[in-house]
Amino acid sequence: MSAQAGRNPLAASTSRSRRRKLWGRLMEGLASFAALVAIAVLLIVIASVAKRGLPAINLDLFTQVTAAFSFGAGQEGGLKNAIIGTLIMTGLATLMAVPVGVLIAIFDTEFAPPKVSMAIRMTLNVLAGVPTIVIGVFVFGLLVVGRGQSAWAAAFALAIIILPVIARATEEVLLLVPSHLREGSMALGATRARTVMTVILPSAVGGLITATIVGIARAAGETAPILFTSSVFANAVVTDPSQPMASLPFAIFTNSESPSQHDQQVAWAAALVLMTVVLIGSIAARLLSVRTRRQIEQTR
Amino acid sequence: MATDAPAPSIALPKKGRPRFGDIGLRWLALAAAVLPVVIMVLIAYEVTRQAWPSIQEFGLGFITGNEWNAVTDKFGARDLILGTAVTSVVALLIAVPMAIAIGLFLAEFSPRWLRTPVGLMVELLAAIPSVVLGLWGILVMGPFLAEHVEPWMIDHLGFIPFFDGFPSNQGLLPACLILTIMVVPIVASISRELFLSVPGDLKQGAMALGSTRWEMVRSVMVPQVSGGLVAGTMLGFGRAVGEAIAVTQVIGGALRTPSSIYAPADTMASRIAAQYAGTPTALSKASLAYLAVLLLIISLITNIAAQLISGRLQRRSRGLA
Repeated sequence: MSAQAGRNPLAASTSRSRRRKLWGRLMEGLASFAALVAIAVLLIVIASVAKRGLPAINLDLFTQVTAAFSFGAGQEGGLKNAIIGTLIMTGLATLMAVPVGVLIAIFDTEFAPPKVSMAIRMTLNVLAGVPTIVIGVFVFGLLVVGRGQSAWAAAFALAIIILPVIARATEEVLLLVPSHLREGSMALGATRARTVMTVILPSAVGGLITATIVGIARAAGETAPILFTSSVFANAVVTDPSQPMASLPFAIFTNSESPSQHDQQVAWAAALVLMTVVLIGSIAARLLSVRTRRQIEQTR
Repeated sequence: MATDAPAPSIALPKKGRPRFGDIGLRWLALAAAVLPVVIMVLIAYEVTRQAWPSIQEFGLGFITGNEWNAVTDKFGARDLILGTAVTSVVALLIAVPMAIAIGLFLAEFSPRWLRTPVGLMVELLAAIPSVVLGLWGILVMGPFLAEHVEPWMIDHLGFIPFFDGFPSNQGLLPACLILTIMVVPIVASISRELFLSVPGDLKQGAMALGSTRWEMVRSVMVPQVSGGLVAGTMLGFGRAVGEAIAVTQVIGGALRTPSSIYAPADTMASRIAAQYAGTPTALSKASLAYLAVLLLIISLITNIAAQLISGRLQRRSRGLA
């Protein structure tokens, strides 16, 4: 663009125009530099977690259990119960949040009048903005006081956190479903419910899977809601959700503040496992959402 | 896609027969949609209920009180509020210009083939769990800063009051930087969306009048979305204020009035994370809940304000179209 302007005799290359162009180059360069810094930070974090986590990964890690507060107490400590605990709590949170989130999105896109739909969206955004530590305090008072910690309580807290994420992601895809599909179904005499179940949801199924993966990736890495709901656990594999469980984020959190070399290694290994899962999930969700978008657009 | 759907076997509903499926789904969806409202109300109620003894005891003086002492049962949040303010404001000062620059790069300056991979990497930065960033912050970044960066800063910037002090592995500076890393991707993806939403004819008009690309950005694109950038900044601020885990790991958890950017301090959120599970007295637990109430209020204000600003912006640009 600027090259064309340069050939224009009206915009003769005066020192002023040269300065303007140089200034423009400089600003564009700064913007590229900012992007470069962000990428560099990402790569540095990934590389240092991999560098310290990889040597710490061994079979013991997956066959031995971690203690709630080992703090340099000895050489014992793997991550078996933490991995299983994270799987169970994340799974329960997803099972709670996905149906509700999808229903919210359906109500919002199919049934609600515009004003109501705006209010719902606003509430979801507000809920998404509540600090996770406050949600931890909330669930502690609601479910833990008097009953004790449990994986249920932690999963409930995680579900509150991922609910707006899932609802908004689902809503975005449902809005992409072209209205002629909806109208065609209604014109054939299908009820709203039938249209939703047999036309809209099936054509948005890729988006639902994306929303679920995004929710899982988010829930797996959250620490704050677990801190008060599932932090005092048995040093054994627990599969009963009415008991508190170990988890990867909590293992990283406590071990990162331990002076013991061994504990720190366990933290790095746990961080590597958690980060790998979360990053792969995020990339998969992103690729899938691009594909879904393209597929839905083809039906237009 | 439509052909993947099960073959429609639709019978016309008989007249007068109530459509149970239809009504059922509508009510079920309505119930689900009301749930976020119920949860918000419950959160506000429950956290305030826990904080009530402390609210009654200290009132608004809690905000200015500078003592946090479980022995004398006196609690005031001033230093924690200062810690929160310093960390999030410094983080935003670094993060917002950077994030807007990244948004511009992704929407305007970058070659087309670079947009998707760079955009994806910025998103991945947001996806890294905060506890992993905190681990990296305490064991890698903190020691690096204390050894290489902070001595240099003390030598060269020490004449500025807040920048004098002693190097420390844990403290305000690493907390600011970790928060910066968390805020950048949020504000960057918001500003990318904003810049992409600027109508092409406005941009082409500016170019046709002979502006360079940067002049077009500065005089057309940025003013067009400035409200949205403010809203994005507020969302980033809300995130920085509320982050508990990573900050707890890197800030050192020392209760004192922040006087040096290198020294350990504490924030509201990280104090809750560090002490709520094992508080010595009932009043100290209520006081931590009081901190949670303050965090909740800040997050509500920033979030609703951000939405009102961007909502007004949307209406205005729709009027323009």
